[in-house]
Amino acid sequence: MSTLTDLTIAEMRDGLAAKKFSAKDLAQAHIDAIEGARLLNAFLVETPDKALAMAEESDKHISKGTARPLEGIPLGIKDLFCTRGVQATAGSHILEGFTPTYESTITHNLWHDGAIMMGKTNMDEFAMGSSNETSFFGPVKNPWRRPGSNADLVPGGSSGGSAASVAAKLVPGATGTDTGGSIRQPAAVTGIVGMKPTYGRCSRWGVVAFASSLDQAGPMARTVRDAAIMLNSMAGHDPKDSTSLNVDVPDFEAALTGDVKGLRIGVPKEYRVDGMPEAIEKLWQQGIEWLRAAGAEIVDISLPHTKYALPAYYIVAPAEASSNLARYDGVRYGQREEGQDITDLYEQTRAAGFGHEVQRRVMIGTYVLSAGYYDAYYLKAQKVRTLIKQDFEKAWDKVDAILTPTTPGPAFAIGEKSDDPLEMYLNDIFTVTANMSGLPGISVPAGLSDDGLPLGLQVIGKALDEECVFRVGGVLENAANFSARPDVWWK
Amino acid sequence: MTTKSPEQAKGQKHIQGATGPWEVVIGIEVHAQVNSKAKLFSGASTTFGAEPNENVSLVDAAMPGMLPVINKYCVEQAIRTGLGLNAQINLYSVFDRKNYFYPDLPQGYQISQFLQPIVGEGIVEVDMPDGSVVEVGVERLHLEQDAGKSIHDLHPKMSYVDLNRSGVALMEIVSKPDLRSSEEAGLYVTKLRSILRYLGTCDGNMEQGSMRADVNVSVRRPGEELGTRCEIKNMNSVRFIRAAIEYEARRQVDVIEEGGTIDQETLLFDTVNGVTRSMRSKEEAHDYRYFPDPDLLPLELDKVWVEDIKATLPELPDEKKKRFISDFGLSPYDASVLVADRDRAAYFEDVAGGRDAKMAANWVTSELFGALKKMDVDITDSPVKAEELGKLIDLIKDDTISGKIAKQVFEIMFETGQDPAHIVEERGLKQVTDTGAIEAVVDEIIAANPDKAEEYKQKPKALGWFVGQVMQRTQGKANPKTVNELLKKKLDG
Amino acid sequence: MSVDQKTVRRIAHLARIAIKDEQVEPMVGELNGILAWVEQLGEVDTDGVAPMTSVVEAKLPLREDEVTDGGYPKDVVKNAPATEDGFFMVPKVLE
Repeated sequence: MSTLTDLTIAEMRDGLAAKKFSAKDLAQAHIDAIEGARLLNAFLVETPDKALAMAEESDKHISKGTARPLEGIPLGIKDLFCTRGVQATAGSHILEGFTPTYESTITHNLWHDGAIMMGKTNMDEFAMGSSNETSFFGPVKNPWRRPGSNADLVPGGSSGGSAASVAAKLVPGATGTDTGGSIRQPAAVTGIVGMKPTYGRCSRWGVVAFASSLDQAGPMARTVRDAAIMLNSMAGHDPKDSTSLNVDVPDFEAALTGDVKGLRIGVPKEYRVDGMPEAIEKLWQQGIEWLRAAGAEIVDISLPHTKYALPAYYIVAPAEASSNLARYDGVRYGQREEGQDITDLYEQTRAAGFGHEVQRRVMIGTYVLSAGYYDAYYLKAQKVRTLIKQDFEKAWDKVDAILTPTTPGPAFAIGEKSDDPLEMYLNDIFTVTANMSGLPGISVPAGLSDDGLPLGLQVIGKALDEECVFRVGGVLENAANFSARPDVWWK
Repeated sequence: MTTKSPEQAKGQKHIQGATGPWEVVIGIEVHAQVNSKAKLFSGASTTFGAEPNENVSLVDAAMPGMLPVINKYCVEQAIRTGLGLNAQINLYSVFDRKNYFYPDLPQGYQISQFLQPIVGEGIVEVDMPDGSVVEVGVERLHLEQDAGKSIHDLHPKMSYVDLNRSGVALMEIVSKPDLRSSEEAGLYVTKLRSILRYLGTCDGNMEQGSMRADVNVSVRRPGEELGTRCEIKNMNSVRFIRAAIEYEARRQVDVIEEGGTIDQETLLFDTVNGVTRSMRSKEEAHDYRYFPDPDLLPLELDKVWVEDIKATLPELPDEKKKRFISDFGLSPYDASVLVADRDRAAYFEDVAGGRDAKMAANWVTSELFGALKKMDVDITDSPVKAEELGKLIDLIKDDTISGKIAKQVFEIMFETGQDPAHIVEERGLKQVTDTGAIEAVVDEIIAANPDKAEEYKQKPKALGWFVGQVMQRTQGKANPKTVNELLKKKLDG
Repeated sequence: MSVDQKTVRRIAHLARIAIKDEQVEPMVGELNGILAWVEQLGEVDTDGVAPMTSVVEAKLPLREDEVTDGGYPKDVVKNAPATEDGFFMVPKVLE
């Protein structure tokens, strides 16, 4: 039974149906795995009792023949999602002790489809980070290490806990959120699959907001098929979210036909940046070859405003965040510092409750919206954003999907980049364009870096064309046949 | 009514300072709660007087992950109000976040509209008592969330916060600075309230806080540039608005005449002492950092929908007033009193239909409105229905009772709700019109008072004494006209 | 554009985050580093370009005027650090 944690979601689904094992078996196996992996610090809270109770329900469904799409599948939930009766901290001290009385639409969808909650995963504070180092509850360790090294590496961020838990096989799947790359980048540096759907495909109701026009939840799993299966359940119109698209959810799993013959794949020259490691360039070329061999047509394209996406993002996202985080004031929930008057209470509470990165982004955001600076910064950035989106729209005349590296490099050591915010921000250089344009993107593990660490390739697609993104991702996955797994050092 | 030149008219509104006349410039921002069942961006109820935090949804409490969804009916009510103000409806408008920290603002921002409001420029006509009309420009109307309530006086060190009101839809109606006196300001607010109540978009209940005003006051010497204004916030009574303006204008004039300057301040009106007080420290200038709310999309209105709403507009006070003047021959003043409230206007029309309109107007405005006011009863709960008041007037018109008796009958009608004819019959109040009977009494009185009859020959006013005697003898039931005629005839010999 | 100590203190107050004296200068440096980096947006010609209002093609959904929420005051105050009789309690606001 110890190999239960090796299974993919699809395999678990088949195994449960064939009665090879029960949901309870699955749950217990993963409870044990999680318990044994606390060194990774991937989970902020484990919910074994809940998991077993849910598993019992799942077993009833299975025996009655009413198994739902994710029946009995154990999942990790990023602590950014509000889960009824179970804490939601968003990785922050300011929300310590907050227990939502409500369930986010996405997790509601997952439980409604029979999935099992294993616990809440660690994350960068308020989703602000690319390494999970800003979490109040300590960093997450990447299950991957450089061969022959004991140095702890980052799992990427902000969905670092979810990525690490999937890569370490503590769960076969976990939810993440992606505002500038926070699903795709950690997926790439932990060797798993991470998918950010089209903006509006998944509901944001009940997900702690970071940057409203950029945030989007998505699945993280070990295979493209598993990610598709998860997204089938996560996605859907929600009338409680005004930005939720009122469109049907196609069967994403059915899109995995493996056929990309005649598909036009764009290769944008602007994603070739100065100082990019050779391994990344090589991997990218490899990806191009794989798709060409599968019958796709490769087209060179230009997305001229690419390099401005990251600076524009670092104006828009902090601006929205500075406003979204104003509600964390010690009055209605979370931590509170005493104050002589209300202003003092606010200032002390927020200074004590928010970590440094969050404070910095709230400051930048407040500044770029303030009187006299709004036009020069926020308005300018939103105009640049229009141009970035237009770049993609022009590209869709010529191509059906775009292939790029996911990150400019593999996982780095904890503490290595945390001194220079700009160096940290550059981790999102290839991913942020999809958020700025609202487009779907997937990262698929494609190869290893020179120092033996996972690297990913990214596929970006047209709005609401996740099917194409999954299909191309599936072909890359097959071709790459990434079978490397991290050595277990954390038990 | 003398016609004033525009200069004279303006001059009459000036206030006198030690160094000469001053012009008062007033602009008013009215916050009117939209008459809707649920809130603007949340499905919680808007009812007044609920237990603390009863009418609060997770969205109103700004819990993590909550999102706004706009109430269609609130949008409709804003459009309806804009149309009622003869204003331009903007088919494209945007919701912006107005960011600031206050305990009754749980999100740390208010969802409002900044650069692109749903309604543009409009006009409100204000009828002045002297018959003139002041046109007050409306700058814009926008939708925004109301805030919760902080109660400061229940505890020495702590404030209590109730979010029931948080998120209720408000229409902010901003006037242009066209008002020039406290009187104009008071009448403007009253007129605006009347229009909103006609439209049914706001109940205008100022005591309950469903309609409040922020009043901007500045002064300048006639012909000069606009002075620095101060804003008096959260006024909820027309009487206090007028008093506050009068005090503040005087205060500003005094400061300037003594060599000082006016700082732009936010003020509160101390209703107990009748003075304005500074509300916040002067350096706390708010930087609201407005930006379009990313949880919402721009509001795009369908032209057809706006037309449909326009078709549902009731006859508004100005139109109704014109019609009352032309159809019923009422004076502009009488007409404006009657149309001030839609229910009252409807009542009047029921009474006046097919009757002497001037008489109907008199009875409705003095007798009925007077009685309602005394008993603090609303027209919709009037114990005297329009139909019955009409019947009472008919009884006067056909000489069944005199006007004086009718007033008695009316009082009884108001108390008991009984039908006038029934009251007259039951209490034997019918007017005595039988000339013979009256003549008999007249003869009797003249015969019994020969010296008074002599006095009459010198002083015709003594007729009044005789009339009084006859009326007394007939318990007021004699037809006064007949009494007068007969007495005169007999006394004149 | 860059910030100085005075601006940092003003921004911190606007954002209601207490900042200790010794934290101000480092924050000045960090913010200026970021601001200098985003200056490159000035290279982009945005004349005649509309700022993005919505990243998706959609219309603002309107909901019916029905009371569908609220009525759970206990849940509303459940997580609050200080409450009394159903109210949230805060230190007095200085008017």
